Amino acid sequence: MFFEVDNLSIAFGGLQALSGISFGVNKGEVFAMIGPNGAGKTTLFNCVNGIYKPSSGSIKFKKKEIQRKKPHQIARLGIARTFQNIELFPYLNTMENIMLGRHLFMKTGLFHGGLMFGRRSFAGKEEQENRQKAEEIIKLLNLEVYRNKPVGALPYGVQKMVELGRSLALEPELLLLDEPCAGMNSEEKQDMIFWIKDIRDELGVTILLIEHDMNIVMDISDRIMAINFGKPITVGEPAEVTSHPEVLKAYLGVG
Amino acid sequence: MDMKRDYYEDIELFPGWVEKFWFFLLLVFLGAFPFISNNYLIYVANFMAINIIVALGLNILVGYTGQISLGHAGFFAIGAFATFTLMQKASFPFLLALPAAALISAIFGFLIALPALRLEGPYLAIATLGFGLTITQVIGMIDLFGGRTGLHAPELLIGPWELKTDLDLYFLLVPLTIGLIIIARNLTRTRVGRAFIAIRDAEIAAETMGVNLIFYKTLAFAISAFYTGLAGGLYAFVLRFIEPEIFGLYMSIVFLTMVVVGGLGSIFGSIAGAMLLSWLDLELRNILDIPYLGNWLKDLSREYFSITGVSNIQYIVFGGILVLIMLFEPHGIYGFWIRTKKYWKTWPF
Repeated sequence: MFFEVDNLSIAFGGLQALSGISFGVNKGEVFAMIGPNGAGKTTLFNCVNGIYKPSSGSIKFKKKEIQRKKPHQIARLGIARTFQNIELFPYLNTMENIMLGRHLFMKTGLFHGGLMFGRRSFAGKEEQENRQKAEEIIKLLNLEVYRNKPVGALPYGVQKMVELGRSLALEPELLLLDEPCAGMNSEEKQDMIFWIKDIRDELGVTILLIEHDMNIVMDISDRIMAINFGKPITVGEPAEVTSHPEVLKAYLGVG
Repeated sequence: MDMKRDYYEDIELFPGWVEKFWFFLLLVFLGAFPFISNNYLIYVANFMAINIIVALGLNILVGYTGQISLGHAGFFAIGAFATFTLMQKASFPFLLALPAAALISAIFGFLIALPALRLEGPYLAIATLGFGLTITQVIGMIDLFGGRTGLHAPELLIGPWELKTDLDLYFLLVPLTIGLIIIARNLTRTRVGRAFIAIRDAEIAAETMGVNLIFYKTLAFAISAFYTGLAGGLYAFVLRFIEPEIFGLYMSIVFLTMVVVGGLGSIFGSIAGAMLLSWLDLELRNILDIPYLGNWLKDLSREYFSITGVSNIQYIVFGGILVLIMLFEPHGIYGFWIRTKKYWKTWPF
């Protein structure tokens, strides 16, 4: 398995946020997680990222245990993510936000950075190379218009795209998308679906997706996992999962 | 339509000829300044230069990385006492003692950062405040640093050049300050600076993008303390005599005020804030000697505060000016500058 979560549990005080979550994701798959609010989907992402430390279980990426690693170490392995509530750097422009995704590919430190004199200096060269890469992402996501604008002032949908761009700058192998379409209008949603498919097909990135819009989930995911109250309900093909009685119960209260 | 030849133009120090020209004009002015002014103004300029260095360092920490500090007078004191002690007791040459003192200050910055990693906002403010207050007490207890009686300046030699007067110091301070401004500006525009801003604006996102939080937070403290320590070492020579009492809480607060009044997260703001506050700090000491205004203030203070008149009315005026600036321009002088620039760009529309 490319990415594997085994028997993962985490508790906050008396609240068992996740208990016994297990699933595997194949390379090149879009794997969606669905479940009502508070089911533990974002908590699971935070565990994968290393922001939370699970109380038990294991998370394996390319057969290596990543559970004890720090967030920045996990980023280095090739796992990037976007956030449910946009977590951009509002005072930086689009280019600079995406440049932060290039952080790990750059080496400029205190001395090279402070003594950046001219385009031939170490830092000057490195900045140019990486800005080139960032520009490719800006072009890919059609963000040219917003290139030099502070992202804090951009429309919500655009901010979501910038966040996607920033995570792509990390050249991830596994991309965690936490409700990428939340708060978007239908046109923006269509665009986002298009990009997600593109990212998987063209860049070969494996995607772990949290989304509430079932049309989107059905459209782009290869497999779906439904969870509720931190417990797994079922994992399988989209059609299987959506007709599963427990899933219907959790979502609609039927049965 | 932007016509860019390469991406270096995004981060260039002087994007065009206009900026190069202004910078050249500034250099000419700074070179000619001591010859067209008097001793006192040179002293003011030196004082400003030192405060600019501190404000740059403090802004890297507070404005760029979002970590507050109320203890920078402590780093300033470390720089001052370390420079003098190294030169007098270990007979270091000045050119070695100053960076060594700044490095010692940076090490203290790093040590303060370790507990500070777990603290935020007001808690961090109190922790750094504690450091600032403690360090001067500790310095005052140790005889090596002159104890309570303080230290006198040793001879200041750079190679064969002996720096005796304020004018000599001016020619040391101004180039050094310009160099430190450019370094700070470069640093904040490249990878390290972006990591700082990322930590300030969205810590968790920064982490998941690969920014090592512990490393960059401690680095911000160390850089900030380095700048401040360097300034402290230089300030000791401007004063010629140092004692622990100079580096009190008031000084830490003035440093922080420079950064806030100038503009958080802006190099220009650090410079402007430092210059304005240095000037106010020095000029307001003589406020009662100003014709008409001085007498008016004296009458005012006699009428409302005490019969003999308040001796430190300059602080009240000082505070009043600061309140007015923050009231009308919450983003500080930098905000005012941006607005003015915009206004003239679109003038007369």
